[in-house]
Amino acid sequence: MTMANFTVPTVSNTVASTEGLVEKITVQNLDFFYGDHRALKNINVSLYQGKVTAFIGPSGCGKSTLLRILNRMYDLYPNQRATGTVRLDNEDILSPSQDLNLLRAKVGMVFQKPTPFPMTIYENIAFGIRLYEKLPKSELDGRVQHALERAALWTEVKDKLGANGQSLSGGQQQRLCIARTVAVRPEVILFDEPCSALDPISTAKIEELIDELKEDYTIAIVTHNMQQAARVSDFTAFMYLGELVEYGETTKIFTAPNDRRTQDYITGRFG
Amino acid sequence: MNEQHTAKAFDVDLQDLSRMVAEMGGLAEKQVADAVDALAKRDTTMAQRVTAADVSIDNLQREIEEKAVLTIARRQPMAVDLRAIVGALRLANDLERIGDLAKNIAKRVIALNAEFPPPKLIRGVEHMTDLVLEQLKAVLDAYAHRDDNKAMAVWRGDEEIDAVCTSVFRELLTYMMEDPRNITFCIHLMFCAKNIERMGDHATNIAETVHYIVDGRPITERRPKGDTEISALAGMSS
Repeated sequence: MTMANFTVPTVSNTVASTEGLVEKITVQNLDFFYGDHRALKNINVSLYQGKVTAFIGPSGCGKSTLLRILNRMYDLYPNQRATGTVRLDNEDILSPSQDLNLLRAKVGMVFQKPTPFPMTIYENIAFGIRLYEKLPKSELDGRVQHALERAALWTEVKDKLGANGQSLSGGQQQRLCIARTVAVRPEVILFDEPCSALDPISTAKIEELIDELKEDYTIAIVTHNMQQAARVSDFTAFMYLGELVEYGETTKIFTAPNDRRTQDYITGRFG
Repeated sequence: MNEQHTAKAFDVDLQDLSRMVAEMGGLAEKQVADAVDALAKRDTTMAQRVTAADVSIDNLQREIEEKAVLTIARRQPMAVDLRAIVGALRLANDLERIGDLAKNIAKRVIALNAEFPPPKLIRGVEHMTDLVLEQLKAVLDAYAHRDDNKAMAVWRGDEEIDAVCTSVFRELLTYMMEDPRNITFCIHLMFCAKNIERMGDHATNIAETVHYIVDGRPITERRPKGDTEISALAGMSS
């Protein structure tokens, strides 16, 4: 008779159990170049509908680069190019015929530093919606309110919608940016270190928000905070020197990763 | 590839934990050996010493828990480090229980006092103890060297202790049926044997923990059992 005094976290042996999940974004044989520099090397990874995928790795490993490919942000810069395929619902978004405005409406992005526009809180949200849709005032009001509610900011700003967005605190500004992203009804939301400039309470609010948002969206998050990746994500991808070293269920990656490099990184044994 | 953490103090924390567990293991081994020695020699003074020494094992367990909790709070350990810390907590738990079981044997030696069980009967218990001490030593070794194969050997080796326990029980039963005056010391000896058998179970628990620390996965295989025949009787005493 044996007696376990502690419940040992059960981890499966498989790389990732993805049965029953829908692939929202599928990256295949992706290479990325900044001029002659090959920043990403043969990346293969999937983002699943309704799930949060975290990308971790040391600075310069290519995780932000990968995120910026998913909404073709790199198109804004010359000398940057991607090869391979990135399918969003079976449509190759790397194809030259891809409508970038449409893509960016479907794939929203939240950045490291909150970037509210120098306009009112209301306008920060309404601005994006007007780019894609012509709505009567009452409906627009509803959409703004809904977006602010989704971003857990409504109760804090409902009495000062006319105030400048930049007058909010850092954490509120970040949630305003999330509201702005949510307002245009994207399908995928990319978070690039959304909490690195925030205090622990604002961080907790954003994490709570990600947890709620994932029911309706597919989410990718780049973070340097390992605990955050462990808390918010369902799947984790570890990248190193432009390669995807290991990808798997978050519970597995953070308790018993397969690759030695992953283990060295997440336990703080790197370099 | 790197063995050391960027934060060196983290390495020291983990080494401290391993060292404390090893120390606790050494103390537990000594307590078991001394308790059974006291039984064989009917040495109540020695038995009293064993009873009194149990507190140092308890104290070490508390220190390990404090250190582990503090390390978790301070370092937010991941993967192999997290497993090492959770493992240290589990080992401390099992070793503390082994200490308690040894103390219980010592208490029975004191209670037996004037009774003189035939040496032949005690030899069965001693034999069990030798096996358990071997298992304990091997599994603590496996822990110190993070040796999964050695741990798994201990895990599978518990069967023999169970089998010897069964034969000791049967022998004691025969004795009790022979003469009701034998019942008192036979019952005490039965509990001693059962205690030692339980120590073997804790050794296999430790083996499972070592496997978890090294491999990251719990064992799914079923452990071989050697005590099926007397399971009803064993259930009575636990």
